[in-house]
Amino acid sequence: TLRLICTTTAAQRKNVGASGPEKYTEAFIKKQIEEFNLGKRHLANMMGEDPETFTQEDIDRAIAYLFPSGLFDKQARPMMKHPTEVFPEQRKVQWGEDGRPFHFLFYTGKQSYYSLMHETYEKLLNVQKHQDQMIAQDLPLQKEKRNLAGSRWLTKIELEEMLLEKVSDDDYSRFIQLLEKLVALPCADIEEKYIQKFSKEVPVQLQKVVIEPLQYDERGVAFSTGEGKRKTARATAVVYDNGTGKVTVNGIDVLHYFPVLQDREQLLFPFQFLGRIGKHDMVCTVSGGGRSAQAGAIRLASARALSSFVTEKEVEFMRQAGLLTVDPRVKERKKPGQEGPRRKFTWKKR
Amino acid sequence: DDKLLTEPLSHPDFFSVKELFTLKDLFDARVHLGHKKGCRHRFMEPYIFGCRLDQDIIDLDQTMQHLQLALNFTAHVAYRGGIILFVSRKRQFCHLVESTARACGEYAHTRYWQGGLLTNANVQFGPGVRLPDLLIFLSTLNNVFEPHVAIRDAAKMNIPTVGVVDTNCNPCLITYPIPGNDDSPAAVEFYCKLFRMTIIRAKDKRRQSEAIEELR
Repeated sequence: TLRLICTTTAAQRKNVGASGPEKYTEAFIKKQIEEFNLGKRHLANMMGEDPETFTQEDIDRAIAYLFPSGLFDKQARPMMKHPTEVFPEQRKVQWGEDGRPFHFLFYTGKQSYYSLMHETYEKLLNVQKHQDQMIAQDLPLQKEKRNLAGSRWLTKIELEEMLLEKVSDDDYSRFIQLLEKLVALPCADIEEKYIQKFSKEVPVQLQKVVIEPLQYDERGVAFSTGEGKRKTARATAVVYDNGTGKVTVNGIDVLHYFPVLQDREQLLFPFQFLGRIGKHDMVCTVSGGGRSAQAGAIRLASARALSSFVTEKEVEFMRQAGLLTVDPRVKERKKPGQEGPRRKFTWKKR
Repeated sequence: DDKLLTEPLSHPDFFSVKELFTLKDLFDARVHLGHKKGCRHRFMEPYIFGCRLDQDIIDLDQTMQHLQLALNFTAHVAYRGGIILFVSRKRQFCHLVESTARACGEYAHTRYWQGGLLTNANVQFGPGVRLPDLLIFLSTLNNVFEPHVAIRDAAKMNIPTVGVVDTNCNPCLITYPIPGNDDSPAAVEFYCKLFRMTIIRAKDKRRQSEAIEELR
């Protein structure tokens, strides 16, 4: 019996989405690399340079010279990079000629993630076995405290990059739980090398703060300068040691320059925080901005100046209190079609 | 090449699988222990020897026969270079099963089973995947005490299955059921050891036969 299989025109059309994201074959990438090398030599020739010693920086400079672009986004401008940087790294074919897959967990679907879990669990069992042996021999269990504050686990995106396959939120949290469990055991020092693969150093913020050394006056009095800004105000402050707490702004006494109490409190805050109210003198110059902005600028400048008088721990306290951070808030621009930065025009129903 | 494939089929026990285990080994590994009477599955009644203090005892003579058939079959599949997939959803033995599979050079799946793995393999993995030629279940139930989806999928895709069925499991769709305990660590380690020995033995015999053929 004949079987008539009628397909509609819709079914005959290629389903573009069904094949998944674009897969780059090895031959394609090889061709791209050849084309790139050829293009590099052409470019060197055009620029009059030696094709053999033409580096990536030279390429970038040449492209920026030949194709000037005023686009804001750097990644939207024309660029010529090596194909391995342009095309994302993809997994090659997972099975050999006879059809047998290479990895023993291939049929799970997420082979790299599950093999990672398998290895980590094996390390956990090793540690437990070692612990049992130590207890059997009555040896003390080592407990060197791992520095928990200075390191963090890999993020989900970093793990995805490491494994070259998608990791879901649940899987990621399970993996982190397993790592935490491994680290919590007393004899985890054995697998320290393995754990370090998944932990990253968190650079202590304080190292970025530069502390100026103290300078000495002609009379032998120690002083230090600091600069600060807030909105459009710019201020420089010079803080002298062995003082009485006198503050001068632009040659005028602080009581006359800042009649409002709030501004004077802002000036005093760094000193009050460190408990050095009556011990320092201050001379500052400030320009731009309004009354509150100038007060904030002087506060930042004086905090920076004071950081040279004070120990590193207290500088860290100041940083955590927010005395050393520049306030990034500026006036937001007005947008067309609106009355102000956020306010819209009055809506009339008819 | 033809002779290599047809020669093992003429012998009833080409790989001498019967020597790998005795009834005493099965008893020592606590394979005969089943679940309580209330958990008993109706289709497991022919395999049960009796019931003591509400706990079912599996008939080890029948287990011996089934185990021989199953091991013989796995040996033949491994001899012909087939892909063997170990499946188990027991969290206790997940690591053990994966290590056994890796030691044999075969494959394992002891994690969450995604729906279209066997039936929709071309879309999930890529065109031209080779599906497993044998599925070995160290435990036929999944974490919710229901029959594993892979049994039904293997039956749909015409893939033969070997499975250890406990007293609360359904032995219907499995081609070579092995009535026995799937919960004790001793029993599962015993099964893993048996499967590993058969597969390695079959692969070694294959390599020897190929070497002999090449010498001729």
